[in-house]
Amino acid sequence: MMSFISYLISGINLGSVYAIIALGYTMVYGIAKMLNFAHGDVIMVGAFVILTAITKAGLAPWMSVLLAIVICTLMGITIEAIAYRPLRKAASPLAVLITAIGVSYLLQNLALLLFGADAKSFVTIINVPNVSLFGGQLTIKGITIVTIIVSAIIMTVLTLFVKRTKPGRAMQAVSEDKDAAQLMGVNVNTTISLTFAIGSGLAAIAGLLLCSAYPTLTPYTGSMPGIKAFVAAVFGGIGSIPGAMVGGILLGIIEIFGRAYISTQIADAICFAVLIIVLLVKPTGLFGKNVQEKV
Amino acid sequence: MAMLEVKDIHVYYGMIHALKGVSFEVNQGEVIALIGANGAGKTTTLHTVTGLLRAKRGSITFEGQDISRIPAHKIVQMGIAHVPEGRRVFSQLSVFDNLKMGAFTRKDKQEIAESLEIVYRRFPRLEERKNQRAGTLSGGEQQMLAMGRALMSRPRLIVMDEPSMGLSPILVNEIFDIIKVVSESGTTVLLVEQNAKKALSIADRAYVLETGSVTMEGRASDLLNDEKVQKAYLGE
Repeated sequence: MMSFISYLISGINLGSVYAIIALGYTMVYGIAKMLNFAHGDVIMVGAFVILTAITKAGLAPWMSVLLAIVICTLMGITIEAIAYRPLRKAASPLAVLITAIGVSYLLQNLALLLFGADAKSFVTIINVPNVSLFGGQLTIKGITIVTIIVSAIIMTVLTLFVKRTKPGRAMQAVSEDKDAAQLMGVNVNTTISLTFAIGSGLAAIAGLLLCSAYPTLTPYTGSMPGIKAFVAAVFGGIGSIPGAMVGGILLGIIEIFGRAYISTQIADAICFAVLIIVLLVKPTGLFGKNVQEKV
Repeated sequence: MAMLEVKDIHVYYGMIHALKGVSFEVNQGEVIALIGANGAGKTTTLHTVTGLLRAKRGSITFEGQDISRIPAHKIVQMGIAHVPEGRRVFSQLSVFDNLKMGAFTRKDKQEIAESLEIVYRRFPRLEERKNQRAGTLSGGEQQMLAMGRALMSRPRLIVMDEPSMGLSPILVNEIFDIIKVVSESGTTVLLVEQNAKKALSIADRAYVLETGSVTMEGRASDLLNDEKVQKAYLGE
């Protein structure tokens, strides 16, 4: 029983990280109608910025985290402006998809060039003591508690931002109908930039949390979590913010349970199998929008 | 000087020459109708006026200022609101949030609240349903919402694209009554309609578009009695 709870908690931990990454995927998809496959690699860049800032530049941990958020945010805006925006009106949506894959490889190879291929061990930044429950039968790691709290805060703030603020409503409007949003006075380019900025800033935080829980860092670190988060976003219903949150957390739990009870080797395969089943049963995902609309 | 002056605009969709030198004017306080068959270029004309499309040649002047190179999101700030074809309300947002989107470029909360009052008074149904998602409204209610949303920007010129499309005859009358009220309250109206009879009955002047060019223009009452117009557009 205790091991079940312990697996469940580490599933929620991993799932929270997926959820934060999936939020970036799903928001960008909702608003720019594109899959940004380079999103996972922004996580890796964020983690490398933190590591380098602490070990090479001797910055304080909180400063380096802040620096990583700023750099990733600017990078997200730049990638969108240089690589994706010129293709937004391209005849085929494949053009921007392939470009996104290209940007992903570009980021990985730049990291290879700058930091080398060998795995670096990530620094411990979050120093929160473990919590022991039931007379030591159940131990919850400090990083797990921090991850879950941070994710909960991010999700709450983001939901309030989208629902309650003017730029948030502009994002909702653009995601539904770009032309109509422009007619209201919404600058679509600015709104898309803002979405990339938020998604990429969150990716930096995801990088910190991911590498704090699993402390090895290579240029490919962001790749697999990126794909998993994409699965989580589709699982929850791509374009839906609550969908990304629930999809992320469920996927994390499924993965950890798969590892623990079925097989560590096919845990990833189980994740993707779950996606296939969900798509067969409910093609729009758990929170997919299939509201009946009157014409 | 006319409030809106469109001079010899040419618009292309790729290789297709959609507008071949369209010119017309709208004076302050008028109701102007653009009528014509499907594909004549009515919607294209409106999209070019409000900046969703760019004219390759020609000029568009609003209140003395050239707006032909100004992006759509800035044109609404200059005082032109566009009620698009097919209503295009934000179906996932509530009625209230849709109306707030209409006031997106405005800052003064007090004045926005006043505009909301006016819209609710004009469309009591929208107030009843303010917390409902716009996608759940009926076609007529969505049209009212699209008009109310446009009025929330407090436009001096309101551009409407096929407001009667897909509505029952009773609702069509209701919508046209509202257009009259909007006009009487001082907003200039540029109206595109397939329902030429209705449009001509409330317009001051009208232009007939045919395959990208203006082929006739004149007082609406004259066009209503014109034999060619009757044959081609009034089904008589």
